[in-house]
Amino acid sequence: MMSQAFFARHAGKLVLGIPILWIILFMLVPYGVLLTYSFWLKKYPLFVPAFQFGNYWTLLSDPQYIKVLLRTLKIAALVSAASLLLAYPFAYYLVFRLKNTTMRLILFMAVIAPLWISYLLRAYVWKTILGTEGILNSFLMSIGMIDEPSGIFLYNQFAMVLTLTYIFIPFMVMPIYTALEKIPPSFSEASADLGMSDFQTFLKVTLPLSMPGVVAGFTMTFCLSFGDFIAPFLVGGPDGQMVANVMASQFGSALNWPLGSALAVVMLIIVLSIISLSDWFEQSGKVEL
Amino acid sequence: MSGIIELRNISKHFGSVIGIDHVDLSVEDGEFLTLLGPSGCGKSTLLRMIGGFEEPTTGSIFLSGQDVTDLPPQKRDVNMMFQDYALFPHMTVGQNIAYGLKMKGVGKADALQKAKAALELVGLPDKIDQMPHQMSGGQRQRIALARAIVREPKVLLLDEPLSALDANLREQMQVELKHIHDKLGITFIMVTHDQREALVMSDRVIVMERGRIAQDGSPQDLYEHPKTTYVANFIGTTNFMPARITARNGIETHLEIAGQSLLARYDRVPDTENIQIGIRPEKAHILDAESTTKSNVLVGRVAEHIYHGSSLRTTIKLTDGIEFHIDAMLPLGMARADVSGIGAEVRIGIEPENVFLFEREG
Amino acid sequence: MSNAALNHSTVPRKLRRSRAARARLAADSGFVVIISIVMAFLYVPIAILVIFSFNDNRSLTWPPSGFTLNWYEKLFNNDQLLVAIGNSFYVAGCSTALTLLVGVPAAMALHRYRFPGKTVFRRLLLLPIALPGIVTGISMLNMFKMFGFNLSLETVIVGHATALLAVVVTQVFARLQRLPKSLAEASSDLGANPFQTFIHVTLPNIRTALLGAGLLSFVLSFDEIPVTFFLTGRDNTLPMYIYSTMRRGVTPEINAVGTLIVFTSLILITISVVFTARDWTGRK
Repeated sequence: MMSQAFFARHAGKLVLGIPILWIILFMLVPYGVLLTYSFWLKKYPLFVPAFQFGNYWTLLSDPQYIKVLLRTLKIAALVSAASLLLAYPFAYYLVFRLKNTTMRLILFMAVIAPLWISYLLRAYVWKTILGTEGILNSFLMSIGMIDEPSGIFLYNQFAMVLTLTYIFIPFMVMPIYTALEKIPPSFSEASADLGMSDFQTFLKVTLPLSMPGVVAGFTMTFCLSFGDFIAPFLVGGPDGQMVANVMASQFGSALNWPLGSALAVVMLIIVLSIISLSDWFEQSGKVEL
Repeated sequence: MSGIIELRNISKHFGSVIGIDHVDLSVEDGEFLTLLGPSGCGKSTLLRMIGGFEEPTTGSIFLSGQDVTDLPPQKRDVNMMFQDYALFPHMTVGQNIAYGLKMKGVGKADALQKAKAALELVGLPDKIDQMPHQMSGGQRQRIALARAIVREPKVLLLDEPLSALDANLREQMQVELKHIHDKLGITFIMVTHDQREALVMSDRVIVMERGRIAQDGSPQDLYEHPKTTYVANFIGTTNFMPARITARNGIETHLEIAGQSLLARYDRVPDTENIQIGIRPEKAHILDAESTTKSNVLVGRVAEHIYHGSSLRTTIKLTDGIEFHIDAMLPLGMARADVSGIGAEVRIGIEPENVFLFEREG
Repeated sequence: MSNAALNHSTVPRKLRRSRAARARLAADSGFVVIISIVMAFLYVPIAILVIFSFNDNRSLTWPPSGFTLNWYEKLFNNDQLLVAIGNSFYVAGCSTALTLLVGVPAAMALHRYRFPGKTVFRRLLLLPIALPGIVTGISMLNMFKMFGFNLSLETVIVGHATALLAVVVTQVFARLQRLPKSLAEASSDLGANPFQTFIHVTLPNIRTALLGAGLLSFVLSFDEIPVTFFLTGRDNTLPMYIYSTMRRGVTPEINAVGTLIVFTSLILITISVVFTARDWTGRK
């Protein structure tokens, strides 16, 4: 009874205080420490406090880092594009063409469900499929399409794009589906009534109105695949390394925390910029409509 | 300090927008008061302030002599019936009604008995174990009422209580709410945008306009003596016409309208020469052709008849194009064929007491 | 314009109709193909994972050679694996409890209060949705090291709770937004203080959202690698154990673990769907 009175009196402060405290302790402070570390010096076998931009300079001047960064951006862009190409028609069909609502719900849930199924296993299964001794090779051999196992499927960028698309496509379907669902059917009916063909209606009405969903989906898949290091490790091979793998190795075998922290700061900045860009995109889109 | 509710110098600012502008109001114990006005006039904000859901920017609120301005809703001895009823969807009807008693610390058996009595009062004695979503709109409205009155508040606040009901049910509930008010004897303060509802139900009506009180009076007072064109326009229908004062003699005012003269006997006479006058469509009548009355007559031509079922609305064009509407009850056996034909010249008779005088607004 | 009009008038009406119908049919079958591709893309790999967990050959090659439960038997005799499963339950349970404890007040603050810095507050709360786990993992690792904390399952729990906070906040916030504001007002009008209002009115009405968010964050935590990778000490969680096994190559044992995880996840999804559906029918 007393604790209840206590809660009652301090409810407002607790409601706001707990999350703010958490954010400060476990987000702001860690990011601050991350930033601090990124200026430190590596003096084997330890790191010493310093304030210098050497780590950032290394990232900028050493072509291997730029190369990895560009590759990562390229793969993230390809993954987002591939997800969009599959997800948009899928969501469109579900919302506008499928009249059976139960079926619609089932198909939608079927796309979301893999999110609940281990991410690691979903990456792993492609390794077992694409490998030289894997299921795809043996399948193709068993139907006589190839004579000996081929190494072309695994350990390359195609395998990575395929695997990452597989992992992150639900993040593309969800926002697009939500955006399409919000468009009143009367809009496309009005458009048809005004003499537009189905395709014109799609271009002039449906697509612009669903852009917020597309932008949100693109942002999520891009950022998440940009920072992934499990898929490259499993299916990427030697030239499939991404920024996150390089980053992880700085905290492992390379043992250069300051450089790794600088990389993490760069990744944080890139992700924040993409989020801000997508916010801006969404807002300017709203004004336009 | 006699009223059960006293509002003193209440203002409410939303950013740079002024929602309530220096309102003073005293509510008598036991009266049925209605705050009437269009949306955005501040009536709901005022009601929510009395309930404790909004804080005034300036001013104080007193409930039976006690300053409650800074008290949260749960510490005020008033209860509210919400526009959307706000019945708790996860509780039965009985639990909904007993909720306020439970919070008060009333024992279970006692609470059950009171809840039953409240349901009896609103005419739903057998619904205690049902869920709100099983109820019709009208039943939910009654449950919301029962939940609010079971705590025996000093004042019951009703926020657009009937707006979600269809027309027939609304009329029935207007009367029923009034009966419940009489039975309970507590103060009701209602907010509505429906002037007919306000007239039917209230002892006293406050007409609000842009955060201020436009007029405060009994329904009859508001209908028969509106202070401004705003009030005359909002309550009932009025023919407005520009007019000029030609002579003043106490409360008798001689007017000139579209080249015709008219006498008015109204308790508020504007100081200016050019004014606006208002005449209710049912307070004017078309004179028989045989009638020889010369005084207080306007002459015009019939432009249109519109059939309203119980009445007939005739539009008459005065000499300079002003349209004048007249509502006449259709007497028994009178057919539409009996009324004057379109284009016919008619004379409109008007009693001097039925001419409202207003200041002309820029 | 006149051309089009002419066209319209010369083409018989019936034909026009059927042409439109044919176009629609073509579009529809195109969509059916897309649906099938997406579904096959999503579920054939999972089927393969499951099928090969029962295959009696150590190498994963097509076609499967025979049925065995051998790999499952091995799992249950693998002590390291069982310990890892236990650790994962501990981590997922604690981090779910923590995210709910922090996330529900955060969602309520976003929903109800206006305060300076709210935009920043919201941004930070929701950041981990799009922020790769590795950044959270590394920044926390740095912090724990700088302040001299040893890495353990508890540091993993804190990391997971932070990364999953956004999941809980978005789900609970969305539900709160759908709850009419008048319910809480009515409760305080009827004499309840804010705490009582939360217990008696708000909580029962967001119950299913809490359950859904809790289940989802449990599953995601159970499955988490990037944060765990940096924040765990000597203890392994299940995914970390699988991950280290994968370094040594593919084995049907992993398929067997995977199959168990898939079915557990399916059960949890079903639970969450059933509860959400019940909530829908309960209210109109």
